[in-house]
Amino acid sequence: MNTPTWAVELDHVTKEFRGSVAVRDISLKIADGEFFSLLGPSGCGKTTLLRMIAGFENPSSGDIYIEGVLMGETPANRRDVNTVFQSYALFPHMSVAENVAFGLHMKNINKADIATRVKQALDMVQLGAFGDRRPKQLSGGQQQRVALARALINEPEVLLLDEPLAALDLKLRKEMQLELKSIQQRLGITFIFVTHDQEEALTMSDRIAVMELGKVLQVGQPTEIYERPKTRFVADFIGECNFIDGTVLAVENGAVTLETDGGVRVVGTGMFPVAAGDHAVLAVRPEKVRLVEGQQPQGTNVFAAIVERVAYIGSDTRIIVRLPDGSPFDVWEANTVSTLDPNQYYTAGDPVYVTWATQNSLILER
Amino acid sequence: MAKILADKRIETKHGRSRPVAKRHMPWGTWALTLNAIFVYTFLYVPIIVLVLFSFNAAKVGSQWQGFTLQWYNELFADARLGDALWTSLKIAGSSTLIATTIGTLAALALEKRGWWGRKTFDTALYLPVIIPDVVMAVSLLGFFTLAFRQFQALIGLNLAMGLWTVIISHVAFNISFVTVVVGTSLANFDRRLEEAAADLGATPWQTFWRIKFPLIGPGVLGGALLSFTLSLDDFVVTFFTRGPGVNTLTTEVYGRIKKSISPEINAISSLMLLASTTLVVTSLWMQRRRQG
Repeated sequence: MNTPTWAVELDHVTKEFRGSVAVRDISLKIADGEFFSLLGPSGCGKTTLLRMIAGFENPSSGDIYIEGVLMGETPANRRDVNTVFQSYALFPHMSVAENVAFGLHMKNINKADIATRVKQALDMVQLGAFGDRRPKQLSGGQQQRVALARALINEPEVLLLDEPLAALDLKLRKEMQLELKSIQQRLGITFIFVTHDQEEALTMSDRIAVMELGKVLQVGQPTEIYERPKTRFVADFIGECNFIDGTVLAVENGAVTLETDGGVRVVGTGMFPVAAGDHAVLAVRPEKVRLVEGQQPQGTNVFAAIVERVAYIGSDTRIIVRLPDGSPFDVWEANTVSTLDPNQYYTAGDPVYVTWATQNSLILER
Repeated sequence: MAKILADKRIETKHGRSRPVAKRHMPWGTWALTLNAIFVYTFLYVPIIVLVLFSFNAAKVGSQWQGFTLQWYNELFADARLGDALWTSLKIAGSSTLIATTIGTLAALALEKRGWWGRKTFDTALYLPVIIPDVVMAVSLLGFFTLAFRQFQALIGLNLAMGLWTVIISHVAFNISFVTVVVGTSLANFDRRLEEAAADLGATPWQTFWRIKFPLIGPGVLGGALLSFTLSLDDFVVTFFTRGPGVNTLTTEVYGRIKKSISPEINAISSLMLLASTTLVVTSLWMQRRRQG
């Protein structure tokens, strides 16, 4: 294995629908056995991309390779990939077992083998006792598992999942996230997972491609995407983020100083080449900001502010403060101490100082 | 309104008085109720009378002279009627078979997206549904006459009206009904199931027979039953397009009624009513039945 094989390779893939561009010139390489997520808001082209890999749509230009083989216009039924649909798309006139067996029937595998494998597949998703039921008689979560078993029984090279957990309630979704991840690791199948839920993508993926308006903005591991976003959109879409616009004053050892229109100076780590006079934006995540009461702390990135709103959400307290120039700023504090003392919590109107370390804030393109 | 509320008060159990709106029916509601009563009277009284008199012992007249099954007995012994029934069934059966096949295929074609004439064809298919029977009948008669003349002039073939012209005519109007009914069940069909089947390795042919057809099956059967009923009940089109000697139940009844309304006619009509109602109800039930 000198040359690495890619489970899926997209080479300058573009898809247009009657003049509107759904996918713009995307090139991606997805490794064998990888859990790869396509993450973006609705309408960003992630589902279209998935449908092209599945063979339901053909690219307007560009090439798709699956396991090194050029797909061209190979129809869906002759591709070694299977899909778990958002709506599950279970066949309503067949039992659960018949649904799961469908793919093997199409391959003319003998009946005895089919029966054994259907049983294994249903056991894997903990639905061993439900083979005779109709899909309608199952809950949403159970239908989801049937759809998963129906796809996985074919042992595809690549499993495509189109927002499969979107219809489930929060608790079930969390359970299924862990279960999907463990199944994927056990079977070693490449998963391509489409989602608009950034937390879901961060939890499950080996790598994530963040998409917007048909383009891939950034590809990377969850930590890279979250801690080193390359653009303002990525920083904003993944998690929460505060932004401060300004003009570059100085660059020193990777630390970039910005001056806002109001004349305030902030310092952050430069993420792209900048020179004095450039416009840029400082991005800092709310959990990396500290609030200080009383004495003004020393150092850079210190602002006097007034607490405007406090939301206690259990594990954290989310505080919105207002900076001197009037802009709101999010700060999250972990509730590391168990107490009912009201003095331990901020209330609206409290005067505070907002501060963060230079290495915790990034300077991005505006 | 506020005045009504304030004027009328009743005592509640707890002794407090509460305002009550005065109940009165507006004249519009009265008029509509009266109208509804008239409509149902006009619709059903003749039918009820017909069914009642098919059990009336009196041979002539409108006097009730006791209950009898005599007319039904005579009916079953009547060979001419038996022949007419057989002819009706032959026409209904074959025209249903042909119309269901063509109509289903038409519905499948109309469902495919993105071809230019789709909307036009879709609308054009409704024409036989809304056109008066007699216009349909006359145009078919005109068509056959013209076609026969052309055949004779061009290839010297002598064609004549017969059973087959009635069947073709029934196919012509039944196609529309089948297409509409099957089209409805196709509209309820989830296209993603086709993608799911293809994704699992099914060819388009396998996808159709294993997924699509079983799921639209009740619609196709419903269309067929409706078509069978319409064919069985048709008089006007049959009357215009039949050849000599072709006699269906409806034309037979018409022939007899020209002489007099006999209790026997009442009995045939009652049976036809029963058969049609059963078929239509079954057809609706088939269409409504959900799979799974």
